[in-house]
Amino acid sequence: METETGRKATLIVLSGDFEKLFAAFTIATGSAAMGMEVMMFFTFWGIRAIKKDVRTGKSLFGRMVGVLEGGDINKANPSKYGFLGMGRWMFKKMMKNKNVAQLEDLRKLAIELGVGMYACQTSMEVMEISRTDLIDEVNDTVGVGYMLEHAQQSDFTLFI
Amino acid sequence: MAEEARQEIKADQKINLEGLLCPIPVVRVSQAVKNLAVGGILEATATDPGVLADIPAWARSTGNEVIAMNRDGKIITFFVKRLK
Repeated sequence: METETGRKATLIVLSGDFEKLFAAFTIATGSAAMGMEVMMFFTFWGIRAIKKDVRTGKSLFGRMVGVLEGGDINKANPSKYGFLGMGRWMFKKMMKNKNVAQLEDLRKLAIELGVGMYACQTSMEVMEISRTDLIDEVNDTVGVGYMLEHAQQSDFTLFI
Repeated sequence: MAEEARQEIKADQKINLEGLLCPIPVVRVSQAVKNLAVGGILEATATDPGVLADIPAWARSTGNEVIAMNRDGKIITFFVKRLK
């Protein structure tokens, strides 16, 4: 991706919590707007952010994870005030009332701005998530080496 | 900025960012400026007070210029010139 400034940012997204994903996509879109080349590396719970609304898993445990971690980015719950989805509903409503962009819209904007979306291969193996379970816009599934190469060239790296 | 001064600036494009919150204003400005020719001027109106700090920071980072910024009640009007 061509950038005007030559600066780079790496965001490692481990969390699948609503507010952390919100922060991650806000920083990613903001960094792209600031003329940076941005990589988002999604690992473990963070994979929710780039997953389709599908059931995943093959083995018994894998399918259990698939049920418990079911749904896509729109099913991300806040780390506080979970209340079986009440907190999610409440925050979404509050944010909508204040005209704050929704998580899915921010992700769409990030993709539009050319933010690189990468999934952690190992997390996908462990959680039994396949490439077809992820949204088509994901650039690639990679390992820590690929992410670290980008992180070394970056002006900042965030672990979220 | 006085009303007369603002009228002297001729914008090539105008965008309305009223009601939008961070990070959307800075993203929309960056996208709009890319569509201008170098030397072109973008005029924007916004209501998020965050733009008062964000837009100048964006301009410094990307090598563009905020040529004027004015707050009139809730409405913030600013002009950005594409320098490169």
